[in-house]
Amino acid sequence: MSTRLPKGGRLIDRTKPLSFSFNGKRMQGFEGDTLASALLGQNQMMVGRSFKYHRPRGLIASGAEEPNGLVGLGQGGRFEPNQRLTTTELFEGAVTASQNHWPSLDFDLGAINDRFARFLPGGFYYKTFMFPRFAWKHVFEPFIRQSAGLGRVPQARDEDRYEYAYAFADLVIVGGGIAGLAAALAAGRQGKRVWLIEQSAHWGGRAVVDGVQIEGLEASDWVKETVETLEGMENVTLRTRTMASGLYDHGYLLMYERVADHRPGDGRPRHRLWRMRAGHVITATGAIERPLSFAGNDIPGVMLAGAVRDYVVNWAVSPGDRTVIVTNNDDAYRTALALLDAGLVVPAIIDARPAATGALPAEARARGLRVIEGYGIGHVKGSKRVTGVSLCVQAGEGAELETIACDAVAMSGGWSPVVHLWSHCGGKLIWDEAQAMFRPDAKRPATGADGAAMVTAVGSANGILNAHEVLADAHRAAGGKGTAPGAVCGEESPMLPVWIMPQGAGPALRMKMWLDPQNDVKVSDVQLAAREGYESVEHTKRYTTLGMATDQGKISNINGLAVLSDALNRGIPETGTTTFRPPYTPISMGAIAGEARGGIFQPLRKTPMHDWHETHGAHWEPVGQWRRPYCFLRHGEGIHDAVNREIRNTRNAVGLLDASTLGKILVKGPDAGRFLDMLYTNMMSTLPVGKCRYGLMCNENGFLSDDGVVVRLSEDSWLCHTTTGGAERIHGWMEDWLQCEWWDWKVYTANLTEEYAQVAIAGPNARKLLEKLGGMDVSKEAFPAMEWREGTLGGVRARIYRISFSGELSYEVAVPASEGRAFWDALLAAGEEFGVMPYGTEAMHIMRAEKGFIMIGDETDGTVIPQDLNLQWAISKKKDDYLGKRAQERSFMASPERWKLVGLESLDGGVIPDGAYAVAEGHNANGQRNTQGRVTSTYFSPTLGKGIAMGLVKHGPDRMGEVLDFPVDNGKVVKARIVDPVFYDKEGEKQNV
Amino acid sequence: MLILECPCCGVKAEETELTPGGEAHLKRCGPGSTDDEFDGYMFARANPRGVHFERWRHAYGCGKWFLAARCTATLEVFGTYPAQSKQPPAELQAKIKARRPGWEGWT
Repeated sequence: MSTRLPKGGRLIDRTKPLSFSFNGKRMQGFEGDTLASALLGQNQMMVGRSFKYHRPRGLIASGAEEPNGLVGLGQGGRFEPNQRLTTTELFEGAVTASQNHWPSLDFDLGAINDRFARFLPGGFYYKTFMFPRFAWKHVFEPFIRQSAGLGRVPQARDEDRYEYAYAFADLVIVGGGIAGLAAALAAGRQGKRVWLIEQSAHWGGRAVVDGVQIEGLEASDWVKETVETLEGMENVTLRTRTMASGLYDHGYLLMYERVADHRPGDGRPRHRLWRMRAGHVITATGAIERPLSFAGNDIPGVMLAGAVRDYVVNWAVSPGDRTVIVTNNDDAYRTALALLDAGLVVPAIIDARPAATGALPAEARARGLRVIEGYGIGHVKGSKRVTGVSLCVQAGEGAELETIACDAVAMSGGWSPVVHLWSHCGGKLIWDEAQAMFRPDAKRPATGADGAAMVTAVGSANGILNAHEVLADAHRAAGGKGTAPGAVCGEESPMLPVWIMPQGAGPALRMKMWLDPQNDVKVSDVQLAAREGYESVEHTKRYTTLGMATDQGKISNINGLAVLSDALNRGIPETGTTTFRPPYTPISMGAIAGEARGGIFQPLRKTPMHDWHETHGAHWEPVGQWRRPYCFLRHGEGIHDAVNREIRNTRNAVGLLDASTLGKILVKGPDAGRFLDMLYTNMMSTLPVGKCRYGLMCNENGFLSDDGVVVRLSEDSWLCHTTTGGAERIHGWMEDWLQCEWWDWKVYTANLTEEYAQVAIAGPNARKLLEKLGGMDVSKEAFPAMEWREGTLGGVRARIYRISFSGELSYEVAVPASEGRAFWDALLAAGEEFGVMPYGTEAMHIMRAEKGFIMIGDETDGTVIPQDLNLQWAISKKKDDYLGKRAQERSFMASPERWKLVGLESLDGGVIPDGAYAVAEGHNANGQRNTQGRVTSTYFSPTLGKGIAMGLVKHGPDRMGEVLDFPVDNGKVVKARIVDPVFYDKEGEKQNV
Repeated sequence: MLILECPCCGVKAEETELTPGGEAHLKRCGPGSTDDEFDGYMFARANPRGVHFERWRHAYGCGKWFLAARCTATLEVFGTYPAQSKQPPAELQAKIKARRPGWEGWT
């Protein structure tokens, strides 16, 4: 059994017991424990089930590479699935639950998949695609949906908060082991701005567990001293619990700090996402141990040798009472010795090498351990826990020669440098034959803005496993002066690459050799993929799902591609690795969102009248970052009723629209007229001072981009109104042409959108209302349509434009933003006797549609030219050039076959669904009905008491009176007649009074 | 996440402050151009693996457009220069040639 040892444990504080629960069972650990060490201390080796076969799964590793130890952690607003036991620090009251089983961890019905494993081979998902469609719908999809997903989705709103932070450094060193510390020391002494970050809560990495001596001190003492020295340097910043998630272009490093995971709810943000700009990055990220592939290597109790050592030394937890060591290298002997030191039994060390002759094997032998050379594990016995191993000759086929009873197996297949950060931005790897590992190729690093290396890998991350050399490498890479700190550590004899154990294992054994224990990918699956023609490691990964689990193949990838290479009879470097992509380990969605949620998800733009709307029933509609009232709801009123009321009132009395969000761009200068003639399809330079003109803007492709009323303010200045959503874009568009094409033209632009509050006063009583406010002559004679006047209206400085988007007598009044609310209030007060009532955007939309006015974004979608909308009258024929003119001359644009704007009226008076297509005779090449038009705007018109619509129809204007078929849902067809798009007041009598 | 120095205000701007504008030094073809010329102006874009000249706007900074010479493969930035340039400055061209001897040069 696994248990807590009576003494020892570098990281735990036995005076501070902490209680927690696992699957409802109360358990106890100590401060300093991880959830993993605490569970092992309570003999909970089995912690979950695998994804595909639901096989029992135990802890394999002690760090970020752990594939099995995933739990749902927390409750309610602090519940999160797939939390890694090995990297989660224990805290008082932690509630954990294992995943991927039903009804319970010990008894799981899904485990039946294991019996049918031969029907669920590698590439199972892909193979299902080959079946007929009905099989997918009725067999595979339900099955896959049932089994998809790992863990439970949180149901409650996240109670925690998260934040971003920004930082700059000359050098960021990633990894707080002895390599990182030595590099920080060397760089810190040169006065560089240095950051040293460590993903765990502790400094020192592996050396402190492995009994290394540095500068005459125990490694842990040297680490303590060095950290103190670094803390004393003002130019050095140290952060634990901070993981470098990804390295991006030009030294952009994303770092994930788990600020309060170990003290949930203490008021601090839970996670902090650092957006670091690093002058240079040193990766001192260490190495990850590889498992060995032998039958039954997935049974709980089989662990990585280094992890077994970690649990014993760091947390005083023994994974088992009797631990067999199986290895192809010397390092695993350290585990045997550590177990001996802790008073535990090591029945045998099985070494696949023909001879184990190094200093560490010699020490093991001297301490009475049985070292079996040239042997391997045939298979592991047990189901939910290891009960023993069978011995076989490594060079043979697995014949059982002896059985050794044990309850844990510590395996080591060698070490793989953590090259993720090195590789994220294009750093290349080379295959190190002697150590059987891919390591960074210093000649081909990721490069930065200046073309020089952006990253340097040091220590074990650079493929150096000897502590003394690790320190020298780190010191040198950081530009250290003088000699590097020296270390004493045992010499190791060469390892022997072992990818399958035993070498000649037959199919039955290979089917039980796990490569990826979370996703259930076995040696046999990769070999099958190779037989089925998969040669690329990237394809094989996706076909078999090898390395696609939450651990992203940290322990499985190298073994998998070695097996693939062997099956394809080629070398490992020819096969290569899959691409390393950020994040290194999963980061929370909360950290990615940061503070941007709820009310501050994005900036909210408010007009000066916003608060009035808020308190008067505004039903908001987001328009860009603005909120505009869609309508104003009165007590007990539905949205549809409110819209109809607002329209009827505007048509019969007077309505107010808050039009402040409309873009207002001032264009000024000697060449402003010339510039606007290029920008708009119509002629703006000839617009007399005092007048307004509706204008269209196209992009260079000829497509309509924006529209609005242009106002000639003075000899050299124009005010261009844009759509609400278009203001910033059009201003940028103007600047683009002025700065990059016509840079010698003397024009100045300013976006004045927020400088003015603007109100449209529309309806038969509009004039009476303004006259009551007084101060300006708004009579028909003194102030004709499409002109503007400046003056003082009701005591407020105002500029009035006599323009109408509703078809009613209408004035749009702009006042300084600071006086907008007062002006609005004055209008409401003065208008009471005239039946004044505000209206929202939907009433505006319907009224413009009743008048046949187009709306950018409804009638246009980026493929519509003004000619399609019968707007030829707004295109100047006198101009040689304007943006979009040349494009509109292209044959497709000039074609008479283009769909053109018409009005549409359903025969039954109902509203045609938006976006509905009119079908034509016949079918296209894809067997779909041919089409001849589509609906672009469609509303119920309360003015006319029926549905009205606008649409684009082939040869539309020539087909007035024709009836088109619009198939809609459920096989129904709406019949609609082509009519004039102006439904209301065709002669414009209402607005020209 | 590139960093480009705005030649107008001198700020070393991060990509989040910038908006991209595609290939630089395009020659506008208006009315009177042939269909082929217009197609070239409107749609044909260089997509080199290597040296590339492109437009950027310091949109969340000084608001000015500028041009940048950059390697699309390594993201090395050779330099930035004002948008009001008919061609890359001679010194910049020399620098690129030094860094990328195989570069076919400005045409």
